Amino acid sequence: MFKERLTSLIAIALVGVVLTGCTSKKAQPTDTGAESAPPATTQTSTEPTGPADFDASGNPLDPRTGGLLNRVFYFDYDKSDLHTSDLAVLEIHAQLLNRNRDRTVVIEGHCDERGTREYNLALGERRANAIRNFLTSAGVASSQIETVSYGEERPENPGHDESAWSRNRRGIVNYR
Amino acid sequence: MKTAIYRVRSPMLLFFVLICWVSLASAASLDTIVITQGRDNPTRIGIVPMRMDGSLAGLVDAAEIVAGDLARSGEFAPIARDNMLSMPVRPEEVIYRDWRVLGAEFVSIGQATREADGRVTVTFYLFDVPGQRQLLMERVTGRMDQWRDIAHRVADLIYEKITGVRGAFSTRIAYVLAQYAGTSRARYSIEVADADGERSRTIYSSSQPLMSVSWAPDARRIAYVSFETGRPSIVIQDVYSLARERIASFRGINSAPVFSPDGRQLAMVLSRDGNPEIYLYNLTDRTLRRLTRNPAIDTEPTWAPDGRRIIFTSDRGGKPQIYALELATNFEERLTFEGDYNARARMLDDGNLVFVHRSAGIFNIAWQDMRRDRVVVLTRTNLDESPSVAPNGAMLMYATQARGKGILAVVSIDGSVKYELPSSSGDVREPAWSPFMDPLSGR
Repeated sequence: MFKERLTSLIAIALVGVVLTGCTSKKAQPTDTGAESAPPATTQTSTEPTGPADFDASGNPLDPRTGGLLNRVFYFDYDKSDLHTSDLAVLEIHAQLLNRNRDRTVVIEGHCDERGTREYNLALGERRANAIRNFLTSAGVASSQIETVSYGEERPENPGHDESAWSRNRRGIVNYR
Repeated sequence: MKTAIYRVRSPMLLFFVLICWVSLASAASLDTIVITQGRDNPTRIGIVPMRMDGSLAGLVDAAEIVAGDLARSGEFAPIARDNMLSMPVRPEEVIYRDWRVLGAEFVSIGQATREADGRVTVTFYLFDVPGQRQLLMERVTGRMDQWRDIAHRVADLIYEKITGVRGAFSTRIAYVLAQYAGTSRARYSIEVADADGERSRTIYSSSQPLMSVSWAPDARRIAYVSFETGRPSIVIQDVYSLARERIASFRGINSAPVFSPDGRQLAMVLSRDGNPEIYLYNLTDRTLRRLTRNPAIDTEPTWAPDGRRIIFTSDRGGKPQIYALELATNFEERLTFEGDYNARARMLDDGNLVFVHRSAGIFNIAWQDMRRDRVVVLTRTNLDESPSVAPNGAMLMYATQARGKGILAVVSIDGSVKYELPSSSGDVREPAWSPFMDPLSGR
């Protein structure tokens, strides 16, 4: 099943690369001068070609839009399987991290409030690990990735219904 | 011994709300207790207001505290003082007829006096009304600031004399208070309060989550999980000196700390080897022993009362269920079979279990008889979790939600008595009932 997902994701990723080529030219002018002007002064500019991977604060950019890259991925109740619709974005994260080996991420895993707190702490770790495993199988070094589970302790939405719960079952990729 | 506790079989279905006497401290994190369900035929008892020395005039009447304790147990119905026909202070002033006509089976009287050294002594008597005899005469002494401890001790002695079961009114509870959850101002604290919710104080406070509080058997230290470093670590803290020690902060999960009955080991969950597993941490020689080995989630350890087995949650069968592991042999056995979500167990002294049980999507606290494999759901709300049993085994406290907020609640082990400890300060959860303690000795 995972293999299947990988192949489909590679296909998606290829499309992504093509799209990147198209959109990046449009995105470039909207970038602040800091990134695009004198490449000689920045020490990490070994590959000056292509769009910037990060904004001025170090947040990952989506090469398809030039905006910030989505870093939050939602899960089904009591599940730790990635949604197939998230794989393209996760593949972009993998590419960013593969191109920038000096960058590291902390992946947070979160749960909704249903179920016991300690079990949810473990479930949150499973969710963080699902994202980590995707990234490492796409070539990211495990030394670039840390995971931390918050279980149900840090809800995005403090409500007590499905609309809140669906926002709280999530994994977050935080760039250091 | 158990007969008194289980004498009334059918729980009272008629709900009533009884706001108790309690005077609220301003900074308290718990509000007035609300009794939501009682027994059919509680024992009627007269707790006569005590005669207080003039210098003690500012104190809450100890009789009110005692009556509140006994009422909360569900086994007693204290007689309203407005209905009392006489208010004796000395034994020779007790007129049994005055209590018989009120249906009282017992009556207690007493007085509080100031000692030369400034301490307070309560002298009290307990009488058997039908038998027309004195059952008890005791003196309890403490400092002025231990006034509530003195009253709880009196309630313990009365409760034990009548029911044969040791009273647990002199115990404390630890719990987590969360404020502004889901916002950037989120604040978490570990609170310790009397078992009746009074005199709460903050033991530790953080902008990062705190969870999984449990008591050491010395009733002096607690262990809990703190995210203060940005990741979960296990901390032991003295609730009197407030001294803290970080015990485990490995990579991954460090959580669910529970002291062994002899206080020498801490069962915990670590995922440092890649997967959540149960470990024992020896607090004397600081060594770790890994107990479980499989790719499933193994978590929520607790100790059998004899210290020979670890009871824990595992989803090795696909869904979370409760298992036991015998420490001498590493023999593992599954304990729960009814339903597809049974977790976070605590074992009673008689070997029966209480745990979180999901049925039709609703999470409740359930009790399971190990001999007959009978599961009884004790609570009727939803999102009920974190059961913690009183040291005398008569009641358990748990966390639930009411009107969208986390509250603490108590249910008797037979399900017949219920009361709530709401909080207007925030969400309260993860209660841990302390072992027996003696607040009047030293300290």
